[in-house]
Amino acid sequence: MASQPSMKMNEASRSSHQNFFQKLAYGIKGQELILKSITTFILACGAVLILTPFLYMISTSLKDQSQIRSDPLSFIPRRPTSVEINGKQEPLYEVNLDGEVKEMALIKKLPEKMGQFVDPANPNQVFELLIADQKPIYHLEIHWENYPEALTSVPFDRYLINTLLVVFLSMTGMLTSCTLVAYGFSRFRAPGLNILFLVMLSTIMLPSQVRLIPIYVMFQKIGWVDTLLPLIIPAFFANPYDVFLLRQFFMTIPLELDDASKIDGCNPLQTLLYVVLPQARPAIVAIAIFHFLFAWNDFYEPLIFLHSRENWTLAVGLQTFDALYTVNTHLIMAASLVMIIPPVLIFFFSQRIFTQGVVFSGIKG
Amino acid sequence: MQTANRKPLRMAKREALYGYLFISPWLIGFILFTIGPMLASLYFSFTDYDVVNPPTWVGLANYEKIFSGIPDAIRTQSSEPLGDPLFWKSLQVTLYFAMMALPLGLIVSFVLAILLNQKIPGVNLWRTIYFLPSVIAGVAVTILWVRIFNPRIGILNSILDIFGINGPGWLTSPDWAVPALVIMSLWAIGGGMIIYLAGLQGVPTDLYDAAKVDGANLFQRFRNITLPMMTPVIFYELVLSLIATFQYFTEAYVASNGTGGPVRSTLFYNLYLYQNAFKYFDMGYASSMAWILFIVVLVLTILVFRSSQYWVFYEGQLRGRK
Repeated sequence: MASQPSMKMNEASRSSHQNFFQKLAYGIKGQELILKSITTFILACGAVLILTPFLYMISTSLKDQSQIRSDPLSFIPRRPTSVEINGKQEPLYEVNLDGEVKEMALIKKLPEKMGQFVDPANPNQVFELLIADQKPIYHLEIHWENYPEALTSVPFDRYLINTLLVVFLSMTGMLTSCTLVAYGFSRFRAPGLNILFLVMLSTIMLPSQVRLIPIYVMFQKIGWVDTLLPLIIPAFFANPYDVFLLRQFFMTIPLELDDASKIDGCNPLQTLLYVVLPQARPAIVAIAIFHFLFAWNDFYEPLIFLHSRENWTLAVGLQTFDALYTVNTHLIMAASLVMIIPPVLIFFFSQRIFTQGVVFSGIKG
Repeated sequence: MQTANRKPLRMAKREALYGYLFISPWLIGFILFTIGPMLASLYFSFTDYDVVNPPTWVGLANYEKIFSGIPDAIRTQSSEPLGDPLFWKSLQVTLYFAMMALPLGLIVSFVLAILLNQKIPGVNLWRTIYFLPSVIAGVAVTILWVRIFNPRIGILNSILDIFGINGPGWLTSPDWAVPALVIMSLWAIGGGMIIYLAGLQGVPTDLYDAAKVDGANLFQRFRNITLPMMTPVIFYELVLSLIATFQYFTEAYVASNGTGGPVRSTLFYNLYLYQNAFKYFDMGYASSMAWILFIVVLVLTILVFRSSQYWVFYEGQLRGRK
């Protein structure tokens, strides 16, 4: 009996608690909306920072040198419009004359930031106005010819062929060897195989410099330096990253299917080709894409192994082009832009596989 | 009985044979392109070798040359340098870069991952944009940034000019070259960001719900749930970035046209190693540098792994304690 009032009190306090929680919940909702807006705002600002260099690259590749120098901040390739006054080219301005907007030419700069403006139709009547108050008139001037000029000034076609040869031949070797090795590590029991797998994993951390010099000497001795072979042949001996990724994927494919194919009389190679591989397509596509991007962008090894100009890949060719034509910013930007187009396209078309694959393997672009 | 025993044995042998057959491409490659060359480079590091003439044994001379440079590096700009001060310069440049780029990269990519993990409209578009630069990293992008950093006509100083700031010389200034490269590296942190994002998505949401019921605020939830759950990922990223910094090459090479300038301010360890090996063909000295790099990377990796038990939180530990 005595407990009843206290129970009531409890109830009362509970309902007030409920109220409190409801209020809190609404508060949280409002808070979340604000947080989301702030998040979007920060992300948008960051995105501008990320994209500005690309815009700069595109606009610079369409300007000529004087536009780059005089108008570096404009993302639109433009030039001040001028008009002929008394046999001289004078810049044209949008002039505000007592509320009336007129196009006028600046014919002379005066002290204290003033200038003499004239109407091209009536060049004898001179107005003295503050230059900063008038708006210069621009017109578009896009230099599409930068692209053919940049791409023909050094043999980029030759570099492209070399790059494609390296990319696709090494990709063939990498895919073949990695599939075989990953299959070996995922499906067979043999003494020492697990230890070898760990050894292979530990080589992922190995800095390549510690083996590169003797490899260079070796290729030098057999006459492969300054050919594309050092960039292609090692890919036929599997790459620990890709083997690891494929092996993890193979482990998720049920063994029952293997057994079924064995009963059907398939040998292990046939099982790999007809049973395992068709199911591993996402993983194969992922490592193929990674390989494309890696080989396309690779600079270190082509720089070391390729000496003569006709053997260069795009990365080495572009760097040398940059060093030779330093002052021709517009041409260099045009060539650089062409070089990043294939990776960007591949990224956009395979984005999903891409981000998943990065997460899965930890390979960074 | 005997035949029955022998048959599985034969099958096991056959299986083992197949296993070794399938991994043989890697095994042969491992001997040809990893173990063999590693031993050879260890041998070269004790020799004087220019590829053309056979290597001549010099004992510890290469290592002595490196380590006798220490006092000079400390005294700075002494008139007659002993040993190789450039080695220490390159180590200093690399560590200077790592000290800025690693923590900044960690913070920026982690914060970005948290922002990109919110349920906001168009989140996939934002993710695409932020990831894009890391796909095209390399020569073309570095060339682009060299132009952006151009002190006279580059866009960065033109923008700073609007705000009345007289921008530094960036890649043309010995003091600003490394910070410029750090800015460039921050632009392309998409790889790390994606890994953090995946880690964040792996944090069970019921933990957050429980914390909300307990009245934990945003900061408390971050401090007590997000951070501990993410430490394994942070740790993994840290190891990879550290190793990558010691192999930083393409950007430094392209930005300085292979010289490591201005005034050796971008003479990264790997760039100096490259110069010794493939410019001066001092293969013996370059090999000893490569082995020191290898040992440094090994020690760093072990240290980070060892120290991880003090600050890395694995979910399994909680279960174990229950």
